[in-house]
Amino acid sequence: MAEPTRTHASRQFATKLIHFGKEIDPATGASSTPIYQASTFHQADVDANQPYDYTRSGNPTRQALEDYIALLEGGTRGFAFASGMAAISAAFMLLSAGDHVICTEDVYGGTYRLLSTIMTRMNVETTFVDMTDLDKVKAALKPNTKVVYMETPSNPTLRITDIAAVTAWAKEHDLLTMVDNTFMTPYHQRPIELGVDIVLHSATKFLGGHSDVTAGLAVVANDDIGQQMKAVQNGLGTILGVSDSWLLMRGMKTLQNRMEAHEISAKRLASWLAAHPAVGRVYYPGLESHPGRDIHEKQSLGYGAVVSFDVGSEERAKQVLAKVQIPLVAVSLGAVESILSYPAMMSHAAMPREVRLERGITDGLIRYSVGLENIDDLLEDLEQALQG
Amino acid sequence: MSEQSRNDLKIESRLAQIGSIQEPVTGAVSFPIYQATAFRHPKLGQSTGFDYARTKSPTRKVLEDAIAQLESGDAGFACSSGMAALQTIFALFSQGDHLIVSLDLYGGTYRLLEKIMSRFGVTATYVDTNDLDALESHYRPNTKAVVIETPTNPLMMITDLEKVCAWAKKKNILSIVDNTLLTPFFQRPIELGADVVIHSATKYLGGHNDVLAGLIVTKGKELSEQMAFLHNSIGAVLNPQDSWLLMRGMKTLAIRMERHQYNATRMASFLQTHPQVESVYYPGLESHPNYDVQSRQSSGNTGIFSFKVNDARLIEPILRHIELIAFAESLGGVESLMTYPAVQTHADIPEEIRRQIGVDDRLLRFSVGIEHIEDLIADLSRAIALAQAEIEGV
Repeated sequence: MAEPTRTHASRQFATKLIHFGKEIDPATGASSTPIYQASTFHQADVDANQPYDYTRSGNPTRQALEDYIALLEGGTRGFAFASGMAAISAAFMLLSAGDHVICTEDVYGGTYRLLSTIMTRMNVETTFVDMTDLDKVKAALKPNTKVVYMETPSNPTLRITDIAAVTAWAKEHDLLTMVDNTFMTPYHQRPIELGVDIVLHSATKFLGGHSDVTAGLAVVANDDIGQQMKAVQNGLGTILGVSDSWLLMRGMKTLQNRMEAHEISAKRLASWLAAHPAVGRVYYPGLESHPGRDIHEKQSLGYGAVVSFDVGSEERAKQVLAKVQIPLVAVSLGAVESILSYPAMMSHAAMPREVRLERGITDGLIRYSVGLENIDDLLEDLEQALQG
Repeated sequence: MSEQSRNDLKIESRLAQIGSIQEPVTGAVSFPIYQATAFRHPKLGQSTGFDYARTKSPTRKVLEDAIAQLESGDAGFACSSGMAALQTIFALFSQGDHLIVSLDLYGGTYRLLEKIMSRFGVTATYVDTNDLDALESHYRPNTKAVVIETPTNPLMMITDLEKVCAWAKKKNILSIVDNTLLTPFFQRPIELGADVVIHSATKYLGGHNDVLAGLIVTKGKELSEQMAFLHNSIGAVLNPQDSWLLMRGMKTLAIRMERHQYNATRMASFLQTHPQVESVYYPGLESHPNYDVQSRQSSGNTGIFSFKVNDARLIEPILRHIELIAFAESLGGVESLMTYPAVQTHADIPEEIRRQIGVDDRLLRFSVGIEHIEDLIADLSRAIALAQAEIEGV
């Protein structure tokens, strides 16, 4: 079957997940894209321009995945990378020395590390701002600003950025807009439809969904950025391997069903935590008390599966982590298994303590990525851990 | 057998036994593929040594330890491609830094330096890295490294590693050596003074034209720690499945390289006397200008070489008439591949630079596989004869 067509794009999301244009192998009719574990391609004619010559530049299995995510995000072109950080690194490699970035202040720790160490040495400077406040974003503008980088809901405190408002302002100033859409996935939120130029994913999380593939994806909104991104992807070679491209597609087919089930449980967990006497603040955009909930509902169709909550102290947090029986205590999120993590010592360990505290990532904060286990089992388990 | 005594084994034995005793639970002699991204912490603040697969992953670690040991380095890093490995290394540098790089370099390296690194203010000068006077005259106060390919690709120029790495040490700059074409089976640059070794493991280390991968080996604690930080932060890591496939390929590296070398030497000698061939570039031939240096620093020769036909019109029909040998980009696999550098691997290098070093429209690169040499010679000599007949209008 050929490239994804208009017909594919006009269908409902659940249908797109299953019928994306490359789900059937044209040569054999096989019901799954073959794993083309080949690094190079025989060139039948020196003058003919074949679609594939070398896997770093293009591979049919990876291409199927790249077209798949572009279709889901409503972009013109997709790119698959070796990890979420490889995708984010590639996006920043579109810049040059002397450029300036405005980035959301509670950005993922790995992105913070990239911007504050490696990119700084390349003389790309970043201002981290509270993106829930558009005036603060505006105040960070400099003559050399090139990019506005958003993450909404943010990690781990799930703060909400108004994508359309920030993007409209960025366009007035010719700035490139990027959104890390890992927490929502295109099932819930499609930033390109709100005017964003580049969408980024740690596909290791909900898109892959099984804690078994490390991968990153990028989708661009137009051909011009698409060509620049292609040059960077091919030039740096930080591409996703063939077998993992296939595994990721396999995971994505169940995205909608997984997200729906994750969310039902996450809502229950968040309400339960909010009413629990041993728990302080609960962060979940599905709670009525959540700041930014109105904006979130305007731009997203759901609330996701990550709930953060404060148990008051490092000591209490450690007790909960030691006593839980069902969730994995691990970094990462977005999987069939529930994963509990402690941002202060895990995902945000790269951030200096004072910066971390300023951003609400306290010593008592725990992040819960709700899996597909039965929610009653998860609540019972968490109750005994909180009682300790 | 203790780890120390295993490390004292000959390289063939170490290659054949990569990962064979690392699996503690079942004793599996082939290390398992840990297709996992996250690792359960026994308790908070405690780790099994593995937290998140980008940072460290069990299957990738066996590969990384193996290549570090084979190259006599201190740490190994596996990346998603050879170019990803190079980009990770180049992230050591900062705006304003300058590099000295082999003149006859891989087109992808040239593109990375000129199209991407240059935007971040990292500049490069291309010189014959075997020429100490040229190195000295292009050295600047902001020069941070010399990047050496030896042999170069496709013209097979040789750099005396001991001499140039000693020069780099004196200048207090890094020496980075691309060891893709010889592999640690034939050449170990760190033993000759290099700080960093890089591989496109897609080539001989993988060896089957089925895995895209890059490897980095560093010498010294500080440099190894810096590289670990960059490897994790940039995240261009190799996945578990491909890490396993690469180790599987490396187990036969020794026997493959011996056969590649034998076939390449036979083929190069055949072409050297062919009437339609003007010159053959292969350091395994005594006529190669740096045959002595090559024989001193390497225990053998690679499986690729280049040759120049005496008429550019022969190229197209030769590529059309080869049947056993595939016309494709890449090298280092069990299958023989023919590449036309001017339009394939080196298309990104401006024509004036290509001509200056001799990568012109009469040059073909031949990655000789492990098929029977007589079949290969028959295929190529038939293709050249048919091509010659075509241009003569017979």
